[in-house]
Amino acid sequence: MSDNSGNGTGFDFEITLDGEKVGVRRGESLYEVSERHRKEIPTLCYDPRLDAFGACRLCIVELDGARNPVASCTMRAEPGMRITTRSARLDMHRRVLMEMVASENRDTDVDALSGYASQEMAVLLDRYEARTGRFAGARSGRSRPDDDNPFILRDYENCISCYRCVRVCAEQEGDYAISVMNRGFETQITTEFEGLLGDSACTFCGQCIQTCPTGALADIKALANADVPGETKKTRTVCPYCGVGCSVDLLSRDDKLIGVQPAMDGPANEGALCVKGQFAFDFVQHPDRLAYPMVRGEDGELHETDWDTALDRAAAGFTAAVENHGRHSVYGVASGRAPHEAAYMMQRFIRGAFGTNQIDNCSRA
Amino acid sequence: MSNPLADMDKPDVIFCIGTNMTECHPVAATRIKRAVARGAKLIVADPRRIALAEMADIYLPLRVGSDVALLLGMAHTIAREGLMDDGFVADRTTEGRDFVEHVLEYPPEWAESITGVDAKLIAEAARWYAKADRGAIYYTLGITEHICGVDNVQSLCNLALMTGNVGREGTGINPMRGQNNIQGAGDSGALPNNYPGFQDVLDPAYQAKFAEAYGREVDLELGPTKVTALDMCGDRIRAMIINGENTVVTDPDREHCEHALRSLDHLVVIDIFLTETAQLADVVLPATAWAETDGVCSNTERRVQRLRKAVDPPGEAKPDWWCVSRIAQRMGLKGFEFESAKQVFNELCSLSPIYAGLDWDLIEHGEYHWPVPERGHPGTPILHKGEFENGRGIFQMIRYRDPAETISEEYPIWLTTGRRLPAYHTRTQTGRSAGIEYLLSEERLEMHPADVSKWGLEDGGWAMMSSPRGQVRIKVEANDRSPPGTVFASFSFNDVPVNFLTGGGYDPITHTAELKVCPVRVEPV
Repeated sequence: MSDNSGNGTGFDFEITLDGEKVGVRRGESLYEVSERHRKEIPTLCYDPRLDAFGACRLCIVELDGARNPVASCTMRAEPGMRITTRSARLDMHRRVLMEMVASENRDTDVDALSGYASQEMAVLLDRYEARTGRFAGARSGRSRPDDDNPFILRDYENCISCYRCVRVCAEQEGDYAISVMNRGFETQITTEFEGLLGDSACTFCGQCIQTCPTGALADIKALANADVPGETKKTRTVCPYCGVGCSVDLLSRDDKLIGVQPAMDGPANEGALCVKGQFAFDFVQHPDRLAYPMVRGEDGELHETDWDTALDRAAAGFTAAVENHGRHSVYGVASGRAPHEAAYMMQRFIRGAFGTNQIDNCSRA
Repeated sequence: MSNPLADMDKPDVIFCIGTNMTECHPVAATRIKRAVARGAKLIVADPRRIALAEMADIYLPLRVGSDVALLLGMAHTIAREGLMDDGFVADRTTEGRDFVEHVLEYPPEWAESITGVDAKLIAEAARWYAKADRGAIYYTLGITEHICGVDNVQSLCNLALMTGNVGREGTGINPMRGQNNIQGAGDSGALPNNYPGFQDVLDPAYQAKFAEAYGREVDLELGPTKVTALDMCGDRIRAMIINGENTVVTDPDREHCEHALRSLDHLVVIDIFLTETAQLADVVLPATAWAETDGVCSNTERRVQRLRKAVDPPGEAKPDWWCVSRIAQRMGLKGFEFESAKQVFNELCSLSPIYAGLDWDLIEHGEYHWPVPERGHPGTPILHKGEFENGRGIFQMIRYRDPAETISEEYPIWLTTGRRLPAYHTRTQTGRSAGIEYLLSEERLEMHPADVSKWGLEDGGWAMMSSPRGQVRIKVEANDRSPPGTVFASFSFNDVPVNFLTGGGYDPITHTAELKVCPVRVEPV
């Protein structure tokens, strides 16, 4: 039921955001409204795909009438609220919070190959000039170098207990493989019985890696390419496995494929991936790849050759079949893994070159 | 799918049958899990206690190949208890009265005698689905890879029609397609019965259209399916071109398949690896792979999306479309002078009514679900809204048939085949990706612990599994996911070629093989 106070724009009511009246849809948090107006409120425990959690307190804003700043991610907007997203007091609070968060982290500079969100903490430390070591000393979190899985690095010394990994595993994946042990400074992200991920309900979908804001959980396969020279290029494409059609960003340097990250705005997957889409990409540059055409020689073996020879040989075989046995002696099988253009061209060849409908794809097996 | 993936969060009642979604379509399964967490009821029918079954409110552990009986029992309950959507049936369907008479012959107690599922559970599942505001059906190859695959699908359509669970948000009949572009291969016309855009090859209007477009006479008859074509190899069929399919490993009855390809005069294979199939070829052409190729794909929800090149291919590998068009040019044919994927796709759009409103540039962000019949059309996320493409939904009078082969004294165990999460098909890709072997390093025959002792086998020990077509050596894994009397294996590992055993029968209409049912004998070695 819209009261149209947002001037017919689909909003339900207005609030005052940094002195400006803005429209709000019922149920939106102060953070969501502010994000729409690009207020760049800092967060560490926030992932737009997950329920707001209110743990890191960085997203605090000033609310008129409230004595202390409030967490904008968990506070719902109400009609007439007046909020301020930037002030000297907020900056001071946020800086102290960042200094405390960073104090227990061994590494505050994290390789961007660690994961999609891995730079979030480092970026905020710079923004608030918070790399002071002011609260240096005790550290929490025990890393798990004993976990020999080939995909997910578990460096909990860099963990800030934002619980994003635990929440993405539960809320987004429904796997509940990781959990939280102890409280306060003793907080430890772990699995059932403190075991290895391989012995847990983990499906190695990699979502915990991609939501971790500190690189505590990191992509082992991508990091193995950290020394490959060059700028990291991101290319948006679609996963090559099942028919769900998840959007991914391929990471490459020069001509080397170095990793995959989920596309958070992918229409089919909205940031989700599975173990195959996340980690099974390196078949592309495997040494077994065919690089040159091959033809069968008189010795009965396949031999590499040039395109002219191979295409002539391929064409001659079809020409001979048609001359000797007619146009229905030819058959084409298209792939369910190659793009449309491959399947279209195959049927165009079979129908257009031979005048036969002897074409199928691999969907019956 | 009749409905988009985004709809999977929305039903009140979700009916998953023959779909091991958490392993085969894991990202889609996350939506089901979220719907269940939100309070949706989940009904799962599967012979194996798969992860979805563990989550289900009602689990229907049916015997392999008995889906039609189960669905008839459900339809019976819905009809008998007056749970049909009479308005929908009257307004949008035909044959409803005959259908009700037909299904009244098949009470859940009869279905229990075939499926082994408690009649009360069958009736309760039917009630839930029928009473749902939004009931949605999801299925995969567990429905289609049977001699009665078409019957199974039509039985599901019957349920949706009688309850009006189609053409609305959060409902529908939703097959989950198994390969990244298997939908697109069909969209693009790589079918013996359809031109691009599913235009019937027997329709004179479309014949004339393609004769003009391709500048030559077209075939006035249906082509044989690939399965039939393999039977014709060396006889009518002498030359074959196979693009990106490891036919000898994925297809049933491997010995027959290898023999067929060997008996050709000429075999051209276009692939990215020297697969078992490519090793039989006279000419092997190296294709560019995913991540090296610009192109288009359609997902299971008919969403048309762009694939983009990130890195250069190895050596002299070329896009598949280039390979095929250049063979045509070498044969002296005109009309194959394509220079880019964009040009190829745009020609497809110009000839396909379901893509008529699209072109290469318009699909940049992947927001269109086909059909997109004209420029400016927003696409069609939900099919059958308001009316069916062919007018009215027709109820089909389906009867139960036994699988092509049933268990016997000689072959007393049901083998059903499928996939596992970390492996994809014949592992040409996942088997060459670092780390995957950590999760799955070998094939194992999943067998109930009671059967392991019954047949004198050992957990982790070797066994010989035989069918009338062959035998394979396979390690046994005692596991109660499969019920007593049924075993499970995948066809992913070439050293355990399970498809030497399968292939007892084919659906008479689609020629899809009965890969989900194969009576076997398992003995210690």
